[in-house]
Amino acid sequence: MSHEHTSAHGAGHHGDGHGGHGDHGHLPFLAHHFDDPEQQFDSGKLGIWIFLVTEVLFFSGMFCAYSLYRSRNPEVFMFASQFLNEALGAFNTCVLLFSSLTMAWGVRCAQLRQKNGLVLCLALTLGCAAIFLGVKAVEYTHKWDIGLLPAGSYLAQPEVPVHHEGLSPWLINLSIVPGILLVAFAVWLVITFVKGDKRMSEIAGTLLATAACYFLGVFVGLKFQEAEASSSAHAAHEISVEHDGDTGSHEAGVTADEHAQGQPAESATSESANDHVSGTTGTEAPLKEIEAHLVSLDAPKVVPGAPLDAMVNQKGGAGLFFSIYYCMTGVHALHIIGGMVVMVWLLVRATKDQFHEQYFGPVDYVGLYWHLVDLIWIYLFPLLYLIK
Amino acid sequence: MSAVAESPTHSHSQVTENYLFNTKGFLSWALTLDHKRIGLMYLVGVMSSFLVGGLLALLIRAELFTPGELFLNNKQFNQVFTLHGAVMVFLFIIPSVPAALGNFLVPVMLGAKDVAFPRLNLCSFYLWVGGAIFFLCALFYTGLDTGWTFYTPYSSSSEFGTMGPVVWATMGVFILGFSSIFTGLNFIVTINTMRPPGMAWFKMPLFLWATYSTSIIQVLATPVLGITVLLLAAERVLKIGIFDPHLNGDPVTYQHFFWFYSHPAVYIMILPGMGIISELMSVHSHKSIFGYRFIAYSSVAIAIFGFLVWGHHMFTAGMAEVTTVVFSALTFSVSIPSAIKVFNWLATMYKGTVYLNTPMCYALNFLFLFTIGGLTGLWLGALSTDRALHDTYFVVAHFHYVMMGGTLVAFVGGLFHWWPKMTGKMFNDLWGKISCLLVFIGFNMTFLPQFVLGSRGMPRRYARYLEEFQVLHQISTAGAFVLGAGLFVALGVLIHSLMRGRRAPNNPWGAATLEWQCTSPPPFYNFASAPSVTDPYDYLPLKYISEEEGWVYISPTKSTDPQAHPEIAKS
Repeated sequence: MSHEHTSAHGAGHHGDGHGGHGDHGHLPFLAHHFDDPEQQFDSGKLGIWIFLVTEVLFFSGMFCAYSLYRSRNPEVFMFASQFLNEALGAFNTCVLLFSSLTMAWGVRCAQLRQKNGLVLCLALTLGCAAIFLGVKAVEYTHKWDIGLLPAGSYLAQPEVPVHHEGLSPWLINLSIVPGILLVAFAVWLVITFVKGDKRMSEIAGTLLATAACYFLGVFVGLKFQEAEASSSAHAAHEISVEHDGDTGSHEAGVTADEHAQGQPAESATSESANDHVSGTTGTEAPLKEIEAHLVSLDAPKVVPGAPLDAMVNQKGGAGLFFSIYYCMTGVHALHIIGGMVVMVWLLVRATKDQFHEQYFGPVDYVGLYWHLVDLIWIYLFPLLYLIK
Repeated sequence: MSAVAESPTHSHSQVTENYLFNTKGFLSWALTLDHKRIGLMYLVGVMSSFLVGGLLALLIRAELFTPGELFLNNKQFNQVFTLHGAVMVFLFIIPSVPAALGNFLVPVMLGAKDVAFPRLNLCSFYLWVGGAIFFLCALFYTGLDTGWTFYTPYSSSSEFGTMGPVVWATMGVFILGFSSIFTGLNFIVTINTMRPPGMAWFKMPLFLWATYSTSIIQVLATPVLGITVLLLAAERVLKIGIFDPHLNGDPVTYQHFFWFYSHPAVYIMILPGMGIISELMSVHSHKSIFGYRFIAYSSVAIAIFGFLVWGHHMFTAGMAEVTTVVFSALTFSVSIPSAIKVFNWLATMYKGTVYLNTPMCYALNFLFLFTIGGLTGLWLGALSTDRALHDTYFVVAHFHYVMMGGTLVAFVGGLFHWWPKMTGKMFNDLWGKISCLLVFIGFNMTFLPQFVLGSRGMPRRYARYLEEFQVLHQISTAGAFVLGAGLFVALGVLIHSLMRGRRAPNNPWGAATLEWQCTSPPPFYNFASAPSVTDPYDYLPLKYISEEEGWVYISPTKSTDPQAHPEIAKS
């Protein structure tokens, strides 16, 4: 190949990217230091795979911590995971899985040079990510409300419901930034619409929808929680009728007491109905079940009849579980946000129609990253929410 | 600039094309995507860090001249050794060879125009700069005194407050870690996908093998350090309790996490140094490297073994006995690939034409110091002796022999070796050799007595000591100043060459790797067309041409002119 260096490479030195170099006049997307598009694509692909390896190792530290503390304190993890809302977790899992589908579809669109399809897929993926974050915000803030915090700040009274009018103040705080973004994108959309800049209004519209999706996520999360609360109250009510009011305490925390959801209460009915006096806390039923399980396992730390909740429901017990929970899901959420930022970059480039059969690398790489973020959640969900 | 007068046309193209001057202005450097300029900027950065770390080392040694307090109180002494260790490890040794020399050399050795991701490369440079400034400010401003390892439970104790020095320092380490990861990632991809046609894996220069192995460790180990320091910061800010015994956490877990990175990091430090020595030994002996494949494989073997031995830092931390035995046995296995390299270097020199110029002197210096460092490692890897020697000056002497006698000496040797290529200037060889001699004498004076001190029970990191240790400490302190003087001489030689040095020929040493085929300094595009790949250690076709004052390829007479061979042209 020829080298008109002084002009072509001079531009590269000023950091304005790799487009438009003289020596690849016919291939504007090919960076100056690569011989052909294939080499460029292979390099990028290898690069992103190595990056994903580093991501896996990054999370592996926390998975290690999880296994370590779970193997040391199985009863703590069994106790504390009761407070996580499986329905919300399952909903988020579905959202992320769907977003992986739209992302993969987007890669296909880029390969086929379907510009509109790519923009739509990216918009859907961004929307799903925002919904995920909205739901996560509801989960987090609810836990903060009832004192389920990392070990140092853990308040060992999860059974005490917190009454506040309307929304949790934490949730409102968390929604400030998305709220500002929502307004800003709306204003931007109006401006671009008035100006008649179609490409910009496409971008602004997608971003507005994304910000709106966060609030959709919050709404869905709150609805789910209400449903859970009322169903557990309903279940508790039924049980209390059937078993002469033994577990009537569930009614006390109907709105906020999502940790004592339907299923542990239902599965524990026989025991709690037999052993318990009325007025016990909502955590008693799962505790009993755990204790029975641990006794059957011959776990060394458990003395039958000893007050298990006092043993695990404390800073160094369940608090540690929540430390690990917040670290893992928090870092995962940061990765979601990072993925969203990169996707916006893709969106801008997609509206410029920069991706086609010969050059779709960036979409492909971001897609791989997104699948990994999804995959990590696929591990987090059962490890934290489902394993009892 | 006498060359300008002699041959104006030649030097004109030199000036406009060479990477140092082809564009001008601050921004042409600050926003450059050229790997050579980035490498040079890294070089300035790591050398400045080394200056800071070195002056701190002299401060420590000066304080230890007397058993009592001289000018640092106990708290200040702790802060100074913490700063010295942290600056040297995170800001100097880890980025020294890979980021500075590696950035300059990897693409040129490959005959490529740049690394695979030039913008990522610039990004990792700025991460390094940002991380370094952040880190230094944090350490100077807050007076961290945990030692460079940030061991819990001391670092997680309430003494430091919520947003204290530990948080800032760990954030600095976190940023620096990303810089290191991106550099490693860049090199792996570059070496994998951008080798020129004809350069198979086993035709690569050994420096590239070493860099490749280093990059693998950087990519695999550094993320774990990232999450470890992040958890430590969360421990302080959010009180997550994972490493805090008060909250049922386990401080030894921190040590496991930390050394899972930091032991492989030891090989991030030494492997590139070994790569440099492989080049230097062969080039300056003018003899093909002995046991090429073994040196190449042993680099990879060290990279792999490096991940399995972190427990030997924790023999006295309270691990299960079986674990300590396993870690001890694995630790011994690391000595095998290291010994393979040393023997191969010796065999390379055997019956070679050894030129005792400055780079080669540093290479021999390395061989001597690294061997002592490596062999004393066996004392520390053995369980029974480590019980007595743990946390004594024996450990200090051991890792300084490996890190400083190994990596630093190799780095300086490599710097002298590639200096003509990087700057286009020759240095004063005599003064270079004098610096090497001073470094050798000063180094051994500093650290040999520390082996004795350690074996007699002098604990490390102590500001005060018993009078019986005073003589040895004073020899050590005197040696440290000789060592410092030697390094300043080396710096002076290099700076002098920039101003007064004669123009460097393309190939001053008669080396056969590709970087010597382009001009000194290289043009910004490295190679006008992909160079023809030859055996990197075949010195037979190279001849010394005295007019050029350098070595030139004399290829066997071949002609592609059909007129010269009419019979071929016809058929």
